Amino acid sequence: MYAVRRWATRNARSLEWLYKVSASAFEALDPLWCKIGVQRLEKPFAAAEAWAKGLLFDCQMCGRCVLSDTGMTCPANCPKSLRNGPCGGVRGNGHCEIDPGMRCVWLEAWEGAMRMRNGQAIYHPLPQQDHSIEGSSAWMRLVAESAALCIEEDKAMTDATEPPS
Amino acid sequence: MNPGSNGEFYDYPVLPGGSSRGRLERVLRSGRFAVTAELNPPDSANPEDTFHQALVLSSVCDAINATDASGANCHMSSMGICALLTRAGYSPVLQISCRDRNRIAIQGDVLGAAAMGVHNVLCLTGDGVQTGDQPEAKPVFDLDSISLLGIIRGMRDDGVFHSGRKISSPPKLFLGAAANPFTPPYDWRPLRLAKKIEAGAQFVQTQYCYNISMLEHYMTVVRDLGLDKKCFILVGVGPLASARTANWMRNNVPGVHIPDSIIERLEGAKKQQAEGKKICVELIQQIREIPGISGVHVMAYRQEELVTEIISESRILKNRIIDKAAARFEAPEQ
Repeated sequence: MYAVRRWATRNARSLEWLYKVSASAFEALDPLWCKIGVQRLEKPFAAAEAWAKGLLFDCQMCGRCVLSDTGMTCPANCPKSLRNGPCGGVRGNGHCEIDPGMRCVWLEAWEGAMRMRNGQAIYHPLPQQDHSIEGSSAWMRLVAESAALCIEEDKAMTDATEPPS
Repeated sequence: MNPGSNGEFYDYPVLPGGSSRGRLERVLRSGRFAVTAELNPPDSANPEDTFHQALVLSSVCDAINATDASGANCHMSSMGICALLTRAGYSPVLQISCRDRNRIAIQGDVLGAAAMGVHNVLCLTGDGVQTGDQPEAKPVFDLDSISLLGIIRGMRDDGVFHSGRKISSPPKLFLGAAANPFTPPYDWRPLRLAKKIEAGAQFVQTQYCYNISMLEHYMTVVRDLGLDKKCFILVGVGPLASARTANWMRNNVPGVHIPDSIIERLEGAKKQQAEGKKICVELIQQIREIPGISGVHVMAYRQEELVTEIISESRILKNRIIDKAAARFEAPEQ
């Protein structure tokens, strides 16, 4: 929904806070997710994520959420799929070169970023989209990655403490 | 010169601090005001059409841009043009647009181009397919200009493909990007330039400039951020054939800003084409005076024969002589 998406950008600061709080709550529950099994949770989480973020941000389920780097505006709505916009084709009235009825997604993103407490991330390049993870849950990926990191750290700790054989 | 071994045959050695063997990088690094121009890509399979276009431009250009289906209109490909130009001893800028090819195709093209003797690459996102003559085509946009810059820089500096696989002989390229100071969001345009520089841009060529005060404002911020010290900025210029063309361009070419005053001046002129050329010469002279600008990029679509006159009348080359032979064999005097 275009209107809700625009509302989300206008309220980027509060949504940034909400997003941060939910992310830390989600991460705090990490052991629980790992116990249930990340694989088993992927489908229900992807569905929940598509619904919630779809409603607020017109999320396109790219699989790697960058909302907090892009002014709480989903860049996947850019008709040119830019991860580092805006392009040079923005119309004089700030509308999209391809879809004249829509305000440039990246104009919204920069405005949103200026409202955010930690919006400076938009000043730095984002890596290209990984198309192999489209449609999967970005939340679950965070869990899986932090779990992998934990395992690695544990391993490093054990390696370090183990006496050399 | 040792033909065939790793490209030495084609051009000068890479200077300390430089990254390519090309003429454009040398001219810019030596502090001279550079000139590049866009070649009108032929709708033809006859190489002579490309050679003719290049010959028209070659006496005043440090490098010739080979466009990649600009405006999403199909013409001879930038790779094809570069193949012909390098064969004839010219120094081209290979334009790569992300609209038509994915990362696998692009990385392969970059290696091929470097092997042919292309030293300059311009990374573009590209206009949407909707603006061109085949709007029913599938847009690719696997990458954007900034991620493309990052990938090619990785190929050059780290000697690896995006996947991490090793490249035995990395391409030695001078990396460029586009900039458009004349379209919203004006305040953030310099910051986007900073992103492009962070991603690897060593030079930028801008969209057509018809508004000097807008450019001055942009350049003030660029200088405050110190970006003109990290990247060579070439400002886009071009003669307008008539008031009608100008009106058509500002309504149909994405990102082109032409103020009413320019259109009124053209309308009031007896000979509109001559007036368009005069405006272009004046703009170049004004651009030359703005600190932080390293050159101009002439895009004289369908008026290529005017480029030589425009550059000589604007006197920006001073006593510098450029010709095809110089572009190939002689290093510019230091």
